[in-house]
Amino acid sequence: MSPKTWLRERSELGFGALLFLLGVLVLTDALTLDADLTGRGPVGPATVPLVVGCGLVVVAVLLSLDVLRGGRGEAEAGEDVDLSEPADWRTVLLLAGVFLAFAVLIGPVGFPVAGALLFWGSAYALGSRHLHRDPLIAATLSLLTYVVFDKLLGVPLPGGPLMGVI
Amino acid sequence: MDSLNSLIDGFGTALTPMNLLWAAIGVLLGTAIGVLPGIGPAMAVALLLPVTYGLEPTGAFIMFAGIYYGAMFGGSTTSILLNTPGESAAVVAAIEGNPMAKAGRGAQALAAAAIGHFAGGMIGTILLVVLAPTVAALAVDIGAPDYLALMVLAFIAVTSVLGSSRIRGLASLLIGLTIGLVGLDQMTGQQRLTFGSLQLADGVDVVIVAVGLFAIGEALWVAAHLRRTAGEAIPVGRPWLGRDDVKRTWKSWLRGPVIGFPFGAIPAGGAEIPTFLSYVTEKRLSKHKEQFGKGAIEGVAGPESAASASAAGTLVSMLTLGLPTTAVAAVMLAAFQQYGIQPGPLLFEREPDLVWGLIASLFVGMVLLLALNLPLAPVWAKLLRIPRPYLYAGILFFAAVGAYAVGGEALDLVILLVIGLIGLGMRRYGLPVLPAVIGVILGPAAEQQLRRALQISDGSVTGLVDTPFSVTVYAVVVILLAWPLLRKVIIRRGGTR
Repeated sequence: MSPKTWLRERSELGFGALLFLLGVLVLTDALTLDADLTGRGPVGPATVPLVVGCGLVVVAVLLSLDVLRGGRGEAEAGEDVDLSEPADWRTVLLLAGVFLAFAVLIGPVGFPVAGALLFWGSAYALGSRHLHRDPLIAATLSLLTYVVFDKLLGVPLPGGPLMGVI
Repeated sequence: MDSLNSLIDGFGTALTPMNLLWAAIGVLLGTAIGVLPGIGPAMAVALLLPVTYGLEPTGAFIMFAGIYYGAMFGGSTTSILLNTPGESAAVVAAIEGNPMAKAGRGAQALAAAAIGHFAGGMIGTILLVVLAPTVAALAVDIGAPDYLALMVLAFIAVTSVLGSSRIRGLASLLIGLTIGLVGLDQMTGQQRLTFGSLQLADGVDVVIVAVGLFAIGEALWVAAHLRRTAGEAIPVGRPWLGRDDVKRTWKSWLRGPVIGFPFGAIPAGGAEIPTFLSYVTEKRLSKHKEQFGKGAIEGVAGPESAASASAAGTLVSMLTLGLPTTAVAAVMLAAFQQYGIQPGPLLFEREPDLVWGLIASLFVGMVLLLALNLPLAPVWAKLLRIPRPYLYAGILFFAAVGAYAVGGEALDLVILLVIGLIGLGMRRYGLPVLPAVIGVILGPAAEQQLRRALQISDGSVTGLVDTPFSVTVYAVVVILLAWPLLRKVIIRRGGTR
């Protein structure tokens, strides 16, 4: 077996490594807390983070050992999940990108426009290719959501320059 | 009798036209979202949370109760007609319900499920009315060490009962506890894991964690493995039951709650175990054993009734102890916290209008569910044909709306995405999501109780176990932890005999 396939079959080790790093991060943060203020009460603000951090490190090691011994986390099944095909990480990256763009755009252009782009972009990334129907549904949904939340339900969303014009 | 009077007052609250309207909207929205494939009750409740932000608490929770029951009912419709349940509680409904639908008895399966939900929910809610005030009265006297013990029990129960791997459950819990640590320490105001960011000093909102793990995590995970051809839903007419079917199922409807309610009230993972137990019981007691696996109607009726009753049981520990035992209850607790209301023994004294209005609206919601869902079932079935790109784009869209509505911060959206990516990783490597959500919600509370208990005992660890209650709870924790070992010993003894 080549090293590459060996690693691919044990990609969960990477997850263990992430947990380990997270544990180290929590521990470092707990140990660098301002010591003067920790005196109040028998248990200071650092105690629980220390326990959680140690727990993360221990679990990371145990999880990695489990993987090396042949244990595997069972990938979650679902109604629209097809586990027989290899994972399509390109779609996931595209979706994450569209979502980040929404986070950046919502301030400057307002919810109706940014929301429409989010829906259209996500539908496109997921494989929908209706040139006219997709943007129309996106725009309607976004505008309707804006009106229902902002005007009817009293949950404020930014209208942006477009709503300023209307 | 006291609770009966309170309940009547509660009906006074629930039956005002406005609250009745919220209940109806909640039931309809909950069912519609719950029917959509890939959306379980927890995600439905998390996604619909922002809808209630603008309402006053009573109206919001009445709507919420409708969403909860509606989403559960919608979930079983999906399993029966599509055979690929999105949530564990509906797995059993698919085992018998889908073969029934394939054999052209979908209408009967849906009716058995709907009436099962109604019966289970009614009996469960009556038990809630009877038990909750008593539990609350008993719980008023319990102190910090007892609360801590209960929370430890919840942590251990969700990590070791659920899922196939304890170490992965524990990893999930620790991820949740870590997210819960972010922000200012409640007692000293020290910044923890904030990395100097002002926004992180407020902590990560529980709603964002719930939406991130349930909605974004799920949408991204499905996106990575999207089925090229969506499963074919079986068309169905209006649900109805013949006299023979009623004769076969009425006992199952009544047996379900007996199994479901107790399991819902204890932290053992909600409806998963009781639905399965109910299924096994129905199979053993049935006169039509040969039909099981091929579409036995009792196998739909009993488990669905058990699931609904367990949802009511969940509310007992959630309302009286502030202890969520399922993902939906966890999200509901987050909703309470949004309004600055802390569920617990004092809730019944401090907010009687709200609590009894909520309980009364559970009854109202169930009647509405039965009245609306039997005639509307063919419409709900059409929702199963929604193109998948639109469905998952819609989930991302509404998750974004919900996260933004929490505080109007664009940074929350980035945090939402990061938590969603964590949720994706957890699904990939078989980490259950529930322990993480419980960790985020109960972690800070448990820490506070721990420090309070130790302050009272002046730092002595014995202060954590100085009440009979806490000792009992820790004993249960030890049994849970030692169970795999105990089982081995028992099996070995049985073998040598």
